[in-house]
Amino acid sequence: MGQNQPLSQILDDVVLTRRSFVKWSSALGGTAALAGGLGTALHSAQTTEAARAAESTSQLITTACYHNCGGRCILYADVQDGVVKRLVPDIDEVDTIDQPRSIPCLRGRSQIHRVYSTDRLKYPMKRVGKRGEGKFERISWEEALDTIASEMKRLKEAYGNESFYFHYASGTQWPGPNGRNPVRRLMRLFGGYTDYYGTYSSACYSAVIPLITGGINNSADDMLSSKLVVLFSSNPVVTTSGGDNVGYHCMKAKEAGARFICIDPIMTDSCVALEAEWIPINPGTDVALVAALSHVMITNDLYDKDFMAKYSVGFSEDTLPEDAPKNSSWMAYVMGDADDVEKTPEWAAEITGIPAERIVSLAYDMAQTKPCAIFQNLGFQRRAYGEQPVRAIPILAAMTGNFAIHGGSTGGTVGSAGGIKMGGVPTGDNPVKGVISVFMWPDMITRGTEMTNGPQDRIKGVEKLNANMKFMWNHGGNTITNQHSDINLTQEILSDDTKLELIVTCEVMMTPSAMWSDILLPASTGFETDNVITGGGSGRVAWAMYSHQVIDPLFEDMPEIWMADQLADRLGVLDEFREGKETTEDWIRFMVDTAREADENFPTFEEFKEIGIYKKTSPGQKIGAAAFVEDPEANPLTTPTGKIEIYSPTLAALEDPEEIPAIPKYIPEWEGVSDPLRDTYPLMMITPHAVQRSHSTFSGIDYLEEAHHHVMWINALDAADRGIENGDTCYVFNDRGKIEIKARVTPRIRPGVIAVPQGHWHKPDKDGLDKGGCGNTLTKYYPTPYAKGNPQHTNLVQVEKA
Amino acid sequence: MANQLGFHVDLSKCTGCKACQVACKDKNDLPMDVIWRRVAQYTGGEWIKSGNQYVPSNIFSYFVSVSCMHCDNPLCLEVCPAAAISKNEDGIVEIDQDKCVGCRYCEWTCPYGAPQFNADKGTMTKCNFCVDLLANGEKPACVAGCTFRALDFGPIEELREKYGHFDGPAPLVDPSVTKPNMVFTPRKTVTMTFDSKAGEIANPEEL
Repeated sequence: MGQNQPLSQILDDVVLTRRSFVKWSSALGGTAALAGGLGTALHSAQTTEAARAAESTSQLITTACYHNCGGRCILYADVQDGVVKRLVPDIDEVDTIDQPRSIPCLRGRSQIHRVYSTDRLKYPMKRVGKRGEGKFERISWEEALDTIASEMKRLKEAYGNESFYFHYASGTQWPGPNGRNPVRRLMRLFGGYTDYYGTYSSACYSAVIPLITGGINNSADDMLSSKLVVLFSSNPVVTTSGGDNVGYHCMKAKEAGARFICIDPIMTDSCVALEAEWIPINPGTDVALVAALSHVMITNDLYDKDFMAKYSVGFSEDTLPEDAPKNSSWMAYVMGDADDVEKTPEWAAEITGIPAERIVSLAYDMAQTKPCAIFQNLGFQRRAYGEQPVRAIPILAAMTGNFAIHGGSTGGTVGSAGGIKMGGVPTGDNPVKGVISVFMWPDMITRGTEMTNGPQDRIKGVEKLNANMKFMWNHGGNTITNQHSDINLTQEILSDDTKLELIVTCEVMMTPSAMWSDILLPASTGFETDNVITGGGSGRVAWAMYSHQVIDPLFEDMPEIWMADQLADRLGVLDEFREGKETTEDWIRFMVDTAREADENFPTFEEFKEIGIYKKTSPGQKIGAAAFVEDPEANPLTTPTGKIEIYSPTLAALEDPEEIPAIPKYIPEWEGVSDPLRDTYPLMMITPHAVQRSHSTFSGIDYLEEAHHHVMWINALDAADRGIENGDTCYVFNDRGKIEIKARVTPRIRPGVIAVPQGHWHKPDKDGLDKGGCGNTLTKYYPTPYAKGNPQHTNLVQVEKA
Repeated sequence: MANQLGFHVDLSKCTGCKACQVACKDKNDLPMDVIWRRVAQYTGGEWIKSGNQYVPSNIFSYFVSVSCMHCDNPLCLEVCPAAAISKNEDGIVEIDQDKCVGCRYCEWTCPYGAPQFNADKGTMTKCNFCVDLLANGEKPACVAGCTFRALDFGPIEELREKYGHFDGPAPLVDPSVTKPNMVFTPRKTVTMTFDSKAGEIANPEEL
């Protein structure tokens, strides 16, 4: 196999004899340049055990879909003559609500095209140009690992372990041997690294739900008992499309007769498919709606007074803690006792854009229909004041008497009936104790030694950091450009390689983040190595999958456990790293042992490998917080006071009532509906999830790009003002950048709002115009007040026809 | 035809995700721009001024998954100059790849856009009901791959008995033209019929 063969030819030789990929030849040029030349696949002489077994026959082999939608669906590879001919969903004979099949969504069904994508990283490479310029040179694994090891030693010597950072990423989240844990284990054994708290998905939710209910909630299948389901900022048929997941259970609830209401700036696919009533709300104004709904319920005696008195802190003045100021309760806020502004439906109508009479009827509907499940999802907490709505929605669940009943909800995200515990590669303790907000890593590059546990940074574990970030390990992540806010600003920070001196990216794809790295390590996909993935648990069934290697590794990609093991040797911690376990199989055996300790029915390693899938059913229909309601003294919630903390003493103690109030409040946002900046940038841009991607994973995969084009939703009124018709190419811009994207002109979005689905890969031209249409070219790097989370849905922009 | 096979699509369960489309393309290894099963989004309604605000008025949307309808009256078969198109004993409309000359008359004639030109092969191709899987006792890839269990298949008479006879949702054409062997379960709320002017296809570029 020569250096100058086209990629399609090589792939034909190696694996692709039975499949056609017509676009590959045309896409080859750019990728070949990036790859630094093409060559012999390291593993070409190997034949996998699975493939050998399948010689000249058709055989379904268990693999898995393993991305960060969280579905973790069951997927079989139909292997014929050593080639994956097609993918097959869960083939369990049983497919009932008690044990539904785990059917992967369109993303899972496109896996073959992802594995064989021209965007795959093929060889270890090192940067040879300016950082971010995209010039790389192929190097050997030996050189790559030697360089990383010697640089880690040098940087440790010069700046200490606090200058090391293992970045947030969701490409390989699972705890098994071919995931992120091995490298974390290695880096901890080598003295540790500054860690992060929170995630880009749920920063505000995970920061403040512990301060209202603790987050415990009814499982997804419990919606079968609901008469009415109210979804705030939630699109489950898209975000949890496959598997046995929230979307599936919503559909089952609809079939069982539940009525749905979706409160969202867009008429989501969930709103359409669940035949829900759509209440289009201005982005970032949900707390104003909750306050007005409360107002209607209070003034019309529509709420459960006894429940609020017994189970909540701070709903009314007489349930406030003793040291709380007068008029600091939720009721005082709603009735205007605190600020002379009564939160009437008319008041909220101006802010939310929902007519006052509709707010009144919604309040009656929610208060008088039982059981009513009121759920939130994570969209509205990725906003400027994302902490507020998270703590507001549970108030409605409690007031309406739906807290901890069958068919009800505690007002958080949908709960779980319980998954399968398998353990994983242990990360061990981290000797470095400083922890930063996941969103604030650029600050650690530019001003790490100034970061403290004070209001500006809210670092945890230590009072202040003692080092700037000098070494970053980016493992299966696209968050150092594409998924972080304000890409142009981020790249400016990264471009100075005297600050952050070394970025190592371990990846399967040449992502926009990989382009900004110094050393690239090509990792095996799930088709090229064995792994263990667990899934399910939303409803009554959970499963563990032995994900078999089904093809020979492509080019020089290697399993993650091998890379960490090799580095452990070079860094002098091999024995501690291995603890007697060297291979993928050794570590999977270790995980199976852990699983068998927790569940005596879990199969042995040999059985598990043979059967591929272990399903476990539970009674299901779990009611969150049932024990608390039964006996709140004996079974307190996990909140600091053990009750539903509408008034949070923890937040009150921070003494920042404007931005971190003790009760949830509507706080007008910067770049929100009432910001005067709308004179210049009149449209509010949100960046919702797209069904064709799991965040930025699957961007560019041909079958998916064809199925769902990357388009911006814009209301027909806003489009008409700008002379834009459906399908027109447009520019979206603000002071931070400019993107190019096609318009989907639709009534399914509020006037004044546009939606640019998140995750499409950033692709700047020479003038900085992002031809990839990545929403984060336009988002703002401005952490939320308390969680220090990512406000990636709060943006003002202008749109014009290209 | 006694054994005529057909599809059923439950419009009240379809989320428009296109797992069916991708499962079909994966199983049949289709190149880009050849899409045997597609999903149209049909959307209508508008925003009207009420006082000082705009409010939604009659806004609706739904998804319709369509493949070859394996019609009783397949126009594609009638117009094919090479006699490459036939209906087999199960009523499945097939294109003989050895006879097809790629003239694309069938593509222009079919009101559902089912026959599609494969530029690699130079021939017309279309949904063949996954006959190889059926012979193996498996479901067609699209049916097995529907995450929300909105698709079904079987003898059309049985499907009609089970799901009813509705075969003309908008944006599809008048079913009397070709007598398609596909039945639809309408939604509880809005499902327009083929003669409706209430909406339009929102995703024409994806079909």
